[in-house]
Amino acid sequence: MEIIQTYGFMLIVLAAGVGFLMAWGIGANDVANAMGTSVGSKALTIKQAIFIAMIFEFAGAYLAGGEVTSTIRKGIIESAYFIDSPELLVFGMISALFAAGIWLAFASYLGWPVSTTHSIVGAIVGFAAVGVNVDAVAWAKVGGIVGSWVITPAISGFIAYLIFQSAQKLIFDTDKPFENAKRYVPYYMAMAGFVMALVTIKKGLSHVGLELPEAQGYYIAIAIAIVVGLLGRVAINRLKFDPKADKHMHYANVEKVFAVLMVVTACCMAFAHGSNDVANAIGPLAAVVSIVSSGGEIAKQAALTWWILPLGGLGIVAGLALFGHRVIKTIGNGITHLTPSRGFAAELAAACTVVIASGTGLPISTTQTLVGAVLGVGMARGIAAINMNVVRNIVVSWVITLPAGAGLSIIFFFILKAVFVV
Amino acid sequence: MPSNSFLGVFAKSPLKPLEQHIKVVQKCSQGLLPFFTAVFAADWPSAAQCQYEISTLEKQADVLKRELRINLPGGIFMPVQRQDVLDLLTQQDKIANKAKDISGRILGRELLIPLPMQDSFMQYLKRCLDATKQAKKVIYELDDLLETGFRGRELRLVEDMINELDLIEDDTDSLQIHLRKDLLALEKDLNPVDVMFLYNIIEWVGELADISERVGSRLELMLAK
Repeated sequence: MEIIQTYGFMLIVLAAGVGFLMAWGIGANDVANAMGTSVGSKALTIKQAIFIAMIFEFAGAYLAGGEVTSTIRKGIIESAYFIDSPELLVFGMISALFAAGIWLAFASYLGWPVSTTHSIVGAIVGFAAVGVNVDAVAWAKVGGIVGSWVITPAISGFIAYLIFQSAQKLIFDTDKPFENAKRYVPYYMAMAGFVMALVTIKKGLSHVGLELPEAQGYYIAIAIAIVVGLLGRVAINRLKFDPKADKHMHYANVEKVFAVLMVVTACCMAFAHGSNDVANAIGPLAAVVSIVSSGGEIAKQAALTWWILPLGGLGIVAGLALFGHRVIKTIGNGITHLTPSRGFAAELAAACTVVIASGTGLPISTTQTLVGAVLGVGMARGIAAINMNVVRNIVVSWVITLPAGAGLSIIFFFILKAVFVV
Repeated sequence: MPSNSFLGVFAKSPLKPLEQHIKVVQKCSQGLLPFFTAVFAADWPSAAQCQYEISTLEKQADVLKRELRINLPGGIFMPVQRQDVLDLLTQQDKIANKAKDISGRILGRELLIPLPMQDSFMQYLKRCLDATKQAKKVIYELDDLLETGFRGRELRLVEDMINELDLIEDDTDSLQIHLRKDLLALEKDLNPVDVMFLYNIIEWVGELADISERVGSRLELMLAK
């Protein structure tokens, strides 16, 4: 108790600093994965991608990041174990941030595709289980989270498969693919708008202080979907097409329509990514702040302090602004055979899956969800070549990340304890 | 950094290189037209020049073939079987090899095509090259096939194109029969060794169409899965 009262402000500043750095790292590195598909399929320029990412990452973090943040903050640990010694939880959360941050920096340096989410969850479980007590971990919840890491890529793959097949049926395998693209693409935009709006309204707005009645939420989401669809239609009609390109069923003009759609799905992806991944940086910070500001009391129902979500959002945007350009550039150059019609199916499926997971408070890996979606399109014979070795590496890296994050956070935990308690 | 990103998941597509390869192969076989024009005129220096161009293009095709093979390691998940892609590539490459063999053999022996045969021989050669052109056209549809997920309307379009290829090949068969008959009539006045090689050349030119047809049927097999 005394520790918290004596060093409280310092601990908050420490946690906020590390949390901000972590958000910054997410912005610099992870966002590239979320936006890379759009840049790679040439639907967006790097500048446009950064611009979209800044706005929608922040919006996603601020409007829909609350649920996952609260899971990271208090869902993984059994708070009953910390009532007598809340300082342990404070130390633990700070250690978890340090551990995840260092592990991510290390992995990025070696070029391993590790997940921020897995690092932070592994780190929290690590300090709680080893540093405090094995029962201090809410194992049932953790089991659910780990299960979701297996299921979400599968779900997103399935959705991507369906979306891609529907686009084939409605647009590509028809007499007039171009006319049909112009007709149906706005519906996909509306669908994307609907899912994002609904999750935000249902789950996000209460954190901002807006509470809407059940039915009204649906109406607003539908209204937003219609607006998005109409805007999309206007944007498509303003495009200039080359009538010669489509003479013998070449799909150049059709892909142009899909490129417009990809702008929308890129926004969704950035939004979804912000909503899920911001928690990795600020979830632990939120825990620290709520304990310190309540003078050591662990309140289960404590609301999220107002400045935490925007801080995470700002961190992501700062990372993007400084390094995103470089990172997106390196990755955007590599892909040659990803056309907007495939990229959109993968992105839309992944974005919907991630944002729904965010709504239910599940911290999942955006990257792995996206990989699942890509495989889904691949199953529908939509992608020329998928490198299964890289897919395997991504799967392996998350198995390694859990113990690595846990180990590091245990080390930091004991160091912090030694420094402050003695 | 790139391996850190999930975009490493997208491997290099084999379809574009396949198209590039057949483009070079087709250009290589087209070289036979100026070559035979020179041969008909018994203009051996310019025939040698044409042969050189053919063999340069053949080498270029070999380089592309090797590149594609290197870029297609196991563990690549594709909408078509990896083995089918490699088989298709092998067949494509054989067209260029054959063009080089034909021109090399003729130049080496300074083999003259008898004057009464020249018109029908040219017609035969052109028809066989039509087949390689059609094969190229079919391979160029791979892009659009990928767009449609290798099924539906586009698949039927490609199947029609392959049927067309078969028809061209049938055509070259009957032209070949006529050409051999012409040669038979001339045989007694020619050098017997030359005659032997002329039969050989006629057969090889026909093989250009045969292999092109095989490119089509390989592709058909690839799509059937």
